[in-house]
Amino acid sequence: MTDAAATNSGHAPGASLITLDDRTRRRNAAEKRFQAYGIAALAVGLVFLAALLYSIISNGTGAFSQTFVTLDVTLSADVLDPTGNRNPDDIAAVTTFGYAPLIEAALVQKMTDAGVTSEIAADELEQILSSGAAAQLRSFVAANPDQIGETVNFSFLASSRVDGYLKGRVTRESLANDSNLSPAHLDIVDQLQAGGTVAKSFNMAFITGADASESRPEQAGIGVSMIGSFFMMLVVLCLALPIGVAASIYLEEFAPTNRWTDLIEVNISNLAAVPSIVFGILGLAVFIQFAHLPQSAPLVGGLVLTLMTLPTIIISTRASLKSVPPSIRDAALGVGASKMQAVFHHVLPLAMPGILTGTIIGLAHALGETAPLLLIGMVGFVASNPPDGFIDGFVSPNSAMPAQIYEWAKRADPAFYERAWGGIIVLLVFLMAMNIVAIILRRRFERRW
Amino acid sequence: MPVFWLILLVAAISGAGFFIGRARAMTSAAGSIRNLHSLPSYYGWHVAMLAFVPAMLAMIVWLVVQPLVINAAVAPIAAGNATPSAGELDLLMSDVRRVASGLDTAVAEGAMTAEDAGRLRTELTDVRQRLGDVGVAIGSDITPATLQAAQAYRVLSARGSWMLTALVAVLAIAGAAYAIARTTRDFRARNVVEIGIRSLLIGSALVAILTTVGIVMALIFNTVTFFNLYSAAGFYFGTVWSPSFGGGSSLGILPLIWGTLYISVIALAVAVPVGIFSAIYLAEYASPTVRSFAKPMLEVLAGIPTIVYGLFALLTIGPSLVAVFGEGGFLGVNWMQGGTAVITAGLVMGIMLIPYVSSLSDDIINAVPQSMRDGSLGLGATKSETIRMVVIPAALPGIVGAVLLAASRAIGETMIVVMGAGAAARLSLNPFDAMTTITAKIVSQLTGDADFSSPEALVAFALAMTLFVITLLLNILALTIVRKYREQYD
Repeated sequence: MTDAAATNSGHAPGASLITLDDRTRRRNAAEKRFQAYGIAALAVGLVFLAALLYSIISNGTGAFSQTFVTLDVTLSADVLDPTGNRNPDDIAAVTTFGYAPLIEAALVQKMTDAGVTSEIAADELEQILSSGAAAQLRSFVAANPDQIGETVNFSFLASSRVDGYLKGRVTRESLANDSNLSPAHLDIVDQLQAGGTVAKSFNMAFITGADASESRPEQAGIGVSMIGSFFMMLVVLCLALPIGVAASIYLEEFAPTNRWTDLIEVNISNLAAVPSIVFGILGLAVFIQFAHLPQSAPLVGGLVLTLMTLPTIIISTRASLKSVPPSIRDAALGVGASKMQAVFHHVLPLAMPGILTGTIIGLAHALGETAPLLLIGMVGFVASNPPDGFIDGFVSPNSAMPAQIYEWAKRADPAFYERAWGGIIVLLVFLMAMNIVAIILRRRFERRW
Repeated sequence: MPVFWLILLVAAISGAGFFIGRARAMTSAAGSIRNLHSLPSYYGWHVAMLAFVPAMLAMIVWLVVQPLVINAAVAPIAAGNATPSAGELDLLMSDVRRVASGLDTAVAEGAMTAEDAGRLRTELTDVRQRLGDVGVAIGSDITPATLQAAQAYRVLSARGSWMLTALVAVLAIAGAAYAIARTTRDFRARNVVEIGIRSLLIGSALVAILTTVGIVMALIFNTVTFFNLYSAAGFYFGTVWSPSFGGGSSLGILPLIWGTLYISVIALAVAVPVGIFSAIYLAEYASPTVRSFAKPMLEVLAGIPTIVYGLFALLTIGPSLVAVFGEGGFLGVNWMQGGTAVITAGLVMGIMLIPYVSSLSDDIINAVPQSMRDGSLGLGATKSETIRMVVIPAALPGIVGAVLLAASRAIGETMIVVMGAGAAARLSLNPFDAMTTITAKIVSQLTGDADFSSPEALVAFALAMTLFVITLLLNILALTIVRKYREQYD
């Protein structure tokens, strides 16, 4: 301990007279340290969030733009309609192999016009384009037979390797052992790009389109699985909301306190914490094996997700029923309403904003859930066709957004990873929209008593 | 009559009943609503309810029972003199159903008359050919027994369908008539209708119980089937996991439990310190502005779907860890062979669990009474000493509950481990090795083209049963601790 008087003598006027002893200094340092730990922990959490969002956005935005090759294709009548009578059956008889030479010729023409020379054989040039280009041309001709003989401007998808090259994913070195594209192709692409023939533009087909097979990542889109998710959410909404609200009304307003009610309550809080994969097992065993509902159908997915979201909805509905003050019920009962009337005419409307908020959050949770969908077969196939109608939307096999993302992440071609990240952006946009709606509902309509 | 039209018919009867009942009540009250016991619409609802509910219940029961009865009646015909096993009988019956529906299509398209379909004999006609003509492809040749069974099946189904229509219609009309007969001015319609609504509410509450029963039954039945094919001791004490769908698999759960626990421990090692210190900072130190920004931000982590974390582990964290610990990596050590490893999945799962720990801990720290802090500060303790000596001990049970809940999440988490942890089941101490978990193996055993009756597929149910029991125990423990603690300061 130092002598207080001795050290105080040199003090500036107005400063504190207290000097800190060692122990206080240690305690204050410990205090600072402790606070720093807290800040560090919070920072770590926020840095993780930032890293997650950064990697989603930096990896995923690429999926929304796609490389297109613009070509003027001469729809030669000799090839497409040999008989010359414009008979739709004859035109349909020409396979995509028949269309390939036309595209090839158009590409060669384009290169000659642009002064591009290459040692690549003409029939290998097509590797620059997506293998779906011929099909695109064929369906155009089938729809517009009167254009045969004309020269039409087309915008074809480039192959995924060319697209990857423009996005920096594919380099000349990585193509050294690639059978789908050679570095020499990239020289052509470079020159065509300078001429504006090859260019990136916004890819609407990714948002609206169907999934494509393993070899055509450039054509894969998330649209069809979005429809699958939509039908699943419809099932969840139509089942989970009424059942959840009815169950909460019973438990909160009518149930006597006895062992049965206790059992139901313990049950619900435990169901809320059961791993989602177990619900998938339930769906597989009960809905598919036992009830023989169709596999991979959004209906089954919706049923499984309904059971999974039900506890969440019940818990939040009960909380909002509980927040309606008893005086409301007493007033209704006092003017002669039955208990049922008091609940349905007065308590329920007042609790509705809270119930809807909870439901939307439950739906958002269900929309992003993947594990149960894997077990009821919503992965492992190419969801290539949109459903034919409203009923078909429920029962025909489809994928769902998170299942589609998982499917893409499993495929070998890195071009699909970009699709998966892009799909996540779409999924998160939906979740964000739902959460914002929930927050607005809560802010605007929830009453504090 | 198809079920859809039947439902419409019943709905129409009960809709008409609603108006008749209401009108009758008003007539009996001499046109004045004051003479009635209940509001007029209750009398209407009473009639509609009695018309609709019994008819619909009868229809549901009938639709469940009819296939069972018909199968039992037709199976002996299809089997003939042979005594097939359950699996063979299943195949036989699905043949019968396919032929029967083929005959239905043929009759509907006018390719043969209903009498023809009943008289067909395999000896006289090529049935397969005739069905093929109307676009019904039958794989194998149709035996006489199958055809006979299919014809019997058609007759019984048609008869059943007519009986169902008649029964449902009679029940709906009888219910409506009974309710209308009961309708007088003094009849307590509201009470009856409210009993109906109340049963509906109770039924909804029971869905939660039914879900649990469904889960438990599905797990138990299939697990028992599995243990008939594979010894329980071999499953619970086996140290080798190598399923092969050709048979001769070793299905020991221990490597999977080890992988699950290892990944969960790493996840908790990330989430618990970060979560608890953030909760302490947010509850005790942070200014309202910081709190109102940081708390929702942390909770965003809880709202992100697990598939996103899975992809993050597979494509971002895995490769970056390899870049640090892998061959030719940043540290120059060659510890990590591939991106999928225990540490990858554990780290990402830890990030996911941060908000689960921090939110609940935050609530619990806030629930500690201010008077306890004031007392400690008044004795001269610094803020951190108060937190360490007073607040945390008081909140400890709740925090333990929060950590247990997070642990149960970690054990049951699927997507992150499916995508980030690898597929190799091994008992290893190295966190840079790929390992696998119970949940990941449930997915891989059930998503292949496996036959559902093979032990390799059924093992998934035994795994799920184990998982269900572990998480259930953890949840019950955690909820009991949290609840007990909450009551302490209320």
